[in-house]
Amino acid sequence: MVAGRKVERENEIELVRQLRAGNPAAFDRFVEHFRSKIFQYSWMMCGHREDAEEVAQETLLKVFENFEQLREPERVRSWVFRIAKNACLMKRRRGIFEPAQELSLDELMPLAQRNGQMVKIEIADWSGLPDREVLRTELRDVLQRAMAELPEIYRSVILLRDVEELSTEETAQVLEVSTDVVKTRLHRARLAVRQSIDLYLRNIAETRGGRNGTQVRQLH
Amino acid sequence: MAHKCGNCTEIFGMLSEYLDLELPPAMCQEIDEHLATCPPCVDFVKSLRKTVDLCRQYEPSETPAPLGEAARRDLLAAYRRMLTGEFAKPEKIELPR
Ligand SMILES: [Zn+2]
Repeated sequence: MVAGRKVERENEIELVRQLRAGNPAAFDRFVEHFRSKIFQYSWMMCGHREDAEEVAQETLLKVFENFEQLREPERVRSWVFRIAKNACLMKRRRGIFEPAQELSLDELMPLAQRNGQMVKIEIADWSGLPDREVLRTELRDVLQRAMAELPEIYRSVILLRDVEELSTEETAQVLEVSTDVVKTRLHRARLAVRQSIDLYLRNIAETRGGRNGTQVRQLH
Repeated sequence: MAHKCGNCTEIFGMLSEYLDLELPPAMCQEIDEHLATCPPCVDFVKSLRKTVDLCRQYEPSETPAPLGEAARRDLLAAYRRMLTGEFAKPEKIELPR
């Protein structure tokens, strides 16, 4: 359990106010909370813990150095992530000029062409997925791997929108792209992650020999 | 089933915006109408919604090592300079070598 994730957004805003007022307790809470967040994002983006720890430290130093630029405390999360994103780009070990891979919508559709004409949908049974405790099990690793395997431009969007719960506008500001680009990339990222989980669930069902694992149904 | 072919594929690209309530009402209604008659798409939308829920609950397997003393000292120094407004002043004065 990461304590930092428990601090909700209102608490972040309150932390900013207390930090500005010079409350010493706010300093340690702010650092602990955002250090953990930045580390997690950077670790998923760069894949190396040393890099992620350095990104967290560099980001926090820049945050304090530039704090007066944060005019609205409400925007602290996206503001911190924008600094982190740039610090992360500097650390990238893989070639900067590596072409951005695109995910195609067609490949993410659960469709199977049959006899040229027949289109079917194949989807695992998701109804048995437990709600919360499940993330401590291997499903967490499946999800983590699915996100890690996404091309960078999709990974950053799903991490900011769905894991960090930034809004579409905030994510667009962090990544310096349009909101339409955020929406398009988010949808493809979610579809790809969904597909990985679906595959995992189908494999489980097959190993158990269950007949209800996969539903194959007529699609319109 | 008296569906027009292609309905499922037509709404497929809009499902995240649908879940995020970011679609114009007319498109939202179009999807609602389709879902009312298409159980496979309902299941698909459910699995997509569940995917988003799982991401929101996601806790990474890696956490940072405890903050070292030197690192904390650097951050605290930066915070103190922030409080005294030192960073707000014009940047560095170039000294002759
Ligand atoms: Zn359908």
